[in-house]
Amino acid sequence: MNNNLQIGPDGSLRHLLSTEGLPAEMIRRILDTADQFVSVSERDVKKVPLLRGKSVFNVFFEGSTRTRTTFEIAAKRLSADVINLNVAVSSTSKGETLLDTVYNLQAMDADMFVVRHSQSGAPHLIARHVKPGVAVINAGDGRHAHPTQGLLDMYTIRHYKKDFSGLTVAIVGDILHSRVARSQIHALKTLGVPDLRVIGPRTLIPAEVERLGVRVFHDMAQGIKGCDVVVMLRLQNERMNGALLPSASEFFKCYGLTAEKLALAKRDAIVMHPGPMNRGVEIDSPVADGPQSVIMPQVTFGIAVRMAVMSMLGSP
Amino acid sequence: MADAMRGKIGADAGMVGIYTGGAWVAERLHRALGLATPLGHLAVTLHRDDFGRIGLHRESRRSQIPFPVDGREIILVDDVLHSGRTIRAALNELFDFGRPKAVRLAIMAERGARELPISPDWLGAKIEVRPDEDLVLSNESGRLRLAMVTRP
Repeated sequence: MNNNLQIGPDGSLRHLLSTEGLPAEMIRRILDTADQFVSVSERDVKKVPLLRGKSVFNVFFEGSTRTRTTFEIAAKRLSADVINLNVAVSSTSKGETLLDTVYNLQAMDADMFVVRHSQSGAPHLIARHVKPGVAVINAGDGRHAHPTQGLLDMYTIRHYKKDFSGLTVAIVGDILHSRVARSQIHALKTLGVPDLRVIGPRTLIPAEVERLGVRVFHDMAQGIKGCDVVVMLRLQNERMNGALLPSASEFFKCYGLTAEKLALAKRDAIVMHPGPMNRGVEIDSPVADGPQSVIMPQVTFGIAVRMAVMSMLGSP
Repeated sequence: MADAMRGKIGADAGMVGIYTGGAWVAERLHRALGLATPLGHLAVTLHRDDFGRIGLHRESRRSQIPFPVDGREIILVDDVLHSGRTIRAALNELFDFGRPKAVRLAIMAERGARELPISPDWLGAKIEVRPDEDLVLSNESGRLRLAMVTRP
C-alpha cells in the first residue's frame, strides 16, 4: 500500500494511515507535540482553539465506542466541531459505495475524516480520493493498522522508559488478527528497539512474521524473560470457538499474564494492553490492576496523542 | 523597573513570564522584588492566532503555574512588546488555569507598532526599531542582552 500519501512534499503530515513507512523523525515529532497536550488535559479549561471552525467527521464503518470516543474528546479539546457517523447501520446498508459516502461528507465541508473499516486499506482508498487539504486518520482497518493506538503505545513506552535503544519488548497473544500488533511492530522497529518479540500459539502468529525483524516465541516463560515492556493483546472472543484455539481457559494457562509469569520479566517491566481487556483470558486481574500496569495511563495519553495528530494534520 | 513596581504589588501576587525572553526577565524581577509565591511560566503556542497560517510550532516547553490563579493578582512579564498578539495569547492561556483578580503587564522594551488595545503597566524602555528589524533578547550564561537584528 502506498504510504507516501502520509507525508507531503514539504515533509509535513498529510494523512495518518499506518505506522509503516512513518519516519522516526515524524514519530518523534508527534510524540513531542503530544507532550504539550498532556498538560492541557490537566488544566481547569481543557480546551485550546487550534482547530476552531474545522469539522472532524468520525466515520465508523465498524463499531467501536472507545476509539470513537477518544477521537471525539481529542477533537473537542482542540475546539473542532465533531460529527459522529455510524455508517455501519446507515448508508452502506442502503447500498451506497464507500467513496460515494465520502464524497457526500466532503460536500458537507469536512476538514478531517477519522475512519474505521473492517476492510484493510479502506482509509488509504479514501485518502487517495479526498480533496487536497482534507486529511484522513486511520482509526483501524481490518487486520492492517491502527496507527494512533501504535503511537500512543510509543508515547507510553517513552514516558516510562525514556529511550528505545536498549529495550526488550514482547507482544503477547493473537498477533495474527491484530492491527494493533502490526502498528506497534513497525513503530518499535523504526524507533530502534533492538529486541522485539512476539509470543503466542502457532495458530495465532502470522507466517513469516520474522521478516519484520521480530523473534517468535511459543513458550511464554521463555519469551517474557528479561522484558522491559510486556504488551498483552485482546483475545477476540469470536476467535475462541473456531479451530484456532482449544478454549479460553487453555489459552489463559499458556499465554495469560499472571503475577508468576510477569515475575520472569525485568523487575521494573511495564504491562500494557490496548483494551478492552478480557480478565482471566489474556490477563489476570491482579496484574491488570497491579503496580506495573500502565493500562489506564495509556488511555489518558491516547487523547493527547490523538490531539497531536489532529493538530498536525490541521496545520496548513 | 523593579523599583517602580515595588509597593504597587500585593503581597500574594503571582508572577508569570512568557517563554523564552519573558521568562528570563521575570526571573530577574521575581528575585529583585522578593516575591513569596514561586515564579510561573507560560507557553503561548496553543493560543497563537497564526496557527491557521503557519501551523504548530514544535514546542517542548509547557505552561507551568505553581500556584492557584483563581482570585490572585498576576504580574505577566514579557521581554518585547510589538503587536500585542503574544500578550493576547498569553491572557487566554492564563485564563485556562483560572480567573485571576487582576492581570498587570510588565514589559522590558516596547518597539511600537501595536495592533491590539494592550498596554503595559510597567515599561523598561521604549526603543525605535525599523519595520525590517527585530528586537531580540539573548541570554549568554545568565547575562541578558537586547539587540536589534535585521530580518533576513
